[in-house]
Amino acid sequence: MKKLKQHSINKEDSVISISGLFKSFGELEVLKGINFKLYKGENVAVLGKSGTGKSVLIKLMVGLLKPDRGEVVVLGQHVDQLESKELNALRIRIGFSFQNSALYDSMNVYQNLAFPLTMNKKNLNKKEVDDAVEEVLEAVGLTDKIKQMPSDLSGGQRKRIGIARTLILKPEIMLYDEPTSGLDPITSAEIIELINEVQQKYNTSSVIITHDLTCAKNSANRIAMLLEGKFLKVGTFDEVFDTNDEQVKAFFDYNFIQ
Amino acid sequence: MFNRMRKKYIFSKGVDEYFSGIHQAYLFTALFFREAFKRPFHLREVINQCFEVGLKSLPLISLTGFIVGIVFTKQSRPSLEDFGATSWLPSLIGIAIIKALGPLVTALICAGKVGSSIGAELGSMRVTEQIDAMEVSAINPFKYLVVTRVIATTLTIPVLALYCSFVALYGSYLNVHAEETSSMISFYQSAFKTISFLDITTSVVKTLVYGFTIGIVGCYKGYHATQGTRGVGKAANQAVVLAMFLIFIEEVIIVQIANWIR
Repeated sequence: MKKLKQHSINKEDSVISISGLFKSFGELEVLKGINFKLYKGENVAVLGKSGTGKSVLIKLMVGLLKPDRGEVVVLGQHVDQLESKELNALRIRIGFSFQNSALYDSMNVYQNLAFPLTMNKKNLNKKEVDDAVEEVLEAVGLTDKIKQMPSDLSGGQRKRIGIARTLILKPEIMLYDEPTSGLDPITSAEIIELINEVQQKYNTSSVIITHDLTCAKNSANRIAMLLEGKFLKVGTFDEVFDTNDEQVKAFFDYNFIQ
Repeated sequence: MFNRMRKKYIFSKGVDEYFSGIHQAYLFTALFFREAFKRPFHLREVINQCFEVGLKSLPLISLTGFIVGIVFTKQSRPSLEDFGATSWLPSLIGIAIIKALGPLVTALICAGKVGSSIGAELGSMRVTEQIDAMEVSAINPFKYLVVTRVIATTLTIPVLALYCSFVALYGSYLNVHAEETSSMISFYQSAFKTISFLDITTSVVKTLVYGFTIGIVGCYKGYHATQGTRGVGKAANQAVVLAMFLIFIEEVIIVQIANWIR
């Protein structure tokens, strides 16, 4: 397996900065004062039980949801204060890989990959689009699936194509929502390897939302433990693992670490 | 606790949700008009949707139109015979089909076929996060999915309604021809003799409104689908029911306005 790139991270250079973030849905308070920084070139895994607001957190980062209170600054821009044009310009620099891949059912693999490119860069000719599609398909190792429909792909292949679709716009930040959920251990390991390859090849900084400890351990430089709407512990895997906090310990105890 | 929760509603949960639904639908429609005249226009997708709405509805529209023509002629003939007025049959059929049945039958068929398909497609895209995926790829999903579909239904349904009327008249002609010898040209001439320009205009305006209604209702219900696959079914179902309900109301209003103008 391709290992996570361990390099010194410049803590002056944050690409995502969140402070005092609150988000509720009706009566339900999901995020209760989140503070978080993602530095350039690092992978951070956000760990936590289902329903703790992990996916809500990355949806706030990309402006799919609006915060009730607090600041979300991505690549130097306040996401919740941007006009739609500015927000779209920012979104091109962020790749978002969905939990269920969210591939367009009515389009084949080629069309799924070419769609974001042709819609955002109108001046590209057919050959440039074809080359870009081929490049990202090579990056995820699925060049032979170019004409297949999403329904013909396995879960792991769908995840890979989902990641390829985000890579085609050459993002600076990758947001992965449960990249290994619903996959067998071998396919999970392949996806983790792909996440590390993407970081190295495209120099991305990533937030990986997961409840899979193996994924967190093997793909992230830092772990942020989200429980009950707050980050209880942030640090390297060993730092977070080595804790006396009962809630964090309980979470680890219920998960098998490979 | 109970009192605190009750204070959140102005009237009651149901009434508040009903009015908030109307407000949301108004905002959705207003957004359509804002986005429809702004670049980019996604013409290829509009043509693709016209094909989906139009060509794929043709077999059903043809069959229904043809049968409506035959049945209506068969039902009307005995009554006219009683008064010795069978020569008025083409005119009666012409008025009934061009002014009312053609547009209405087409709209109802399309509300069922196209409205439910749009509701289910967008609903499924919503619950599987495909709409969110467009948004995070810096693509305006409203413009790409909603505006194109509503324009396609608005443009295609008037054409389908005209086609349906002609097929219904042809069905009627075949029935008339089976009973008595008459040429197709003289049948169509008699059918159109009592039809004025205002009647044709009213029919076209009606079908434009029906087409817009079917598109916007299908898109609105699908775009706001929730609760997974159950929500998709609900969106498709509500798209049909609401579109049909609105079509009947619009029919009454437009006919009333046309009568005032006349």
